[in-house]
Amino acid sequence: MENNNKENVKLVGFWVSPFVQRVRWALKMKGIKKYEYIEEDIYNKSSLLSEINPVYGKVPVLVHNGKPLSESSIILEYIDHVWNDDFVPPLLPRDPYQRAQARFWAKFADQKVLESAWMVLCSEGEKQERAVKEAIEALEKLEEKLKSGNSVFFGGDTIGYLDLMVGFVSYLYPVWEEAASVKILDALKFPALAAWQSDFLNHELIASEYLPPKAEAVAYFRWRRSELIPVYNRMY
Amino acid sequence: MADEVVLLDTYFSMFGMRARLALAEKGIDYEYKEENLGDKSPVLLEMNPVHKKIPVLIHNGKPVCESLIIVQYIDEVWKDNSPLLPSDPYQKAQARFWADFVDKKLYDAGRRLCTTKGDELETAKKDFIEVLKLLEAELGEKPYFGGENFGFGDVALITYSNWFYSYETCGNFSAEEHCPKLMEWVKRCMGKESVSKSLADPKKIYDSILVFKKKHGFE
Repeated sequence: MENNNKENVKLVGFWVSPFVQRVRWALKMKGIKKYEYIEEDIYNKSSLLSEINPVYGKVPVLVHNGKPLSESSIILEYIDHVWNDDFVPPLLPRDPYQRAQARFWAKFADQKVLESAWMVLCSEGEKQERAVKEAIEALEKLEEKLKSGNSVFFGGDTIGYLDLMVGFVSYLYPVWEEAASVKILDALKFPALAAWQSDFLNHELIASEYLPPKAEAVAYFRWRRSELIPVYNRMY
Repeated sequence: MADEVVLLDTYFSMFGMRARLALAEKGIDYEYKEENLGDKSPVLLEMNPVHKKIPVLIHNGKPVCESLIIVQYIDEVWKDNSPLLPSDPYQKAQARFWADFVDKKLYDAGRRLCTTKGDELETAKKDFIEVLKLLEAELGEKPYFGGENFGFGDVALITYSNWFYSYETCGNFSAEEHCPKLMEWVKRCMGKESVSKSLADPKKIYDSILVFKKKHGFE
């Protein structure tokens, strides 16, 4: 049930970015179908991007009624705040303590789970072995968190903010594993996360929404891997 | 039932100061526990098993970790006085953006200022000043980042200000020279009792950095 002043939503993104993907899912969950999606070539950035995200020049950027917002976690909280009547599901828990927990684990997902998996993608040999160890440690904590909630999703019986923030684990993790030729999320070691991966991807809201095509995504990240291994070798 | 509020913290931490500041702004009574990071207490390890870091706010026995998350929690629970985040969703998002920016950019440049020398130090100085200038531009003519009132963005940045003396001394520059308006904002904030009582003494911070540098061979 959108009224007029909630229209006029633009999303500037990149087809394979997990940060953009979160925003797509959030818009989908809130029933916001009529928005303009603008694909940005992040290797050849437009003047639009530097105008709407002058600080970082990155995607995603949500432009709502002409006003830009960046950083995916901040965009998700904004979307949750603006589109929040009886007809749409809340993304974040209402209780302040539960909200704080969701925010904590979302930050963990980015700083530890995603970062470590990215390092696995962009390294080889001993460096990659170390990165895999760190990635597994991060996943162990996430697995424990999911188990402790005693429910299908991080958000409970249905998908919430934390599921969207961790969502990249469902579809992008397998892509990075294939591109880097290494397995991290072993279903036997991480049964709760493995079950969550398929429950999340099969959820009607997620299944019906765009996901980057797998073969193309693997090819893209193989290319990123080859470009970044020498760069990260010098840095770390 | 009275609220039981405990804060696990260390005197010098700009992150811990944010929690102290938010509690002071709201006038909340709490028990302060100074942690020795070289010998972490069982409480800390139990309350923050994931990161084992301070600050940790323990409210009626339940822990909240990560300074900006703690500040938002405090703002949401004790919502009837001194709101830190705006109620308008766009303004709220902007406040969160700038607080996040401070953490993404200032901490790293500051750390490099205290732990490097030569070309690396010069780069750290350049990066640090650039970040301050961006923040000064965002402040503009407003008295606070929050507008007319001290808010979330102010809380996030002001706790770095007592570290400026150390950064300036290590990097041999003056923040005042590059960002006079920002330094005016610092003075304005320090005029608030909640701020002045939550921040540490800049000279003591510098002394602790000298000890750290000596210990780790960063001279």
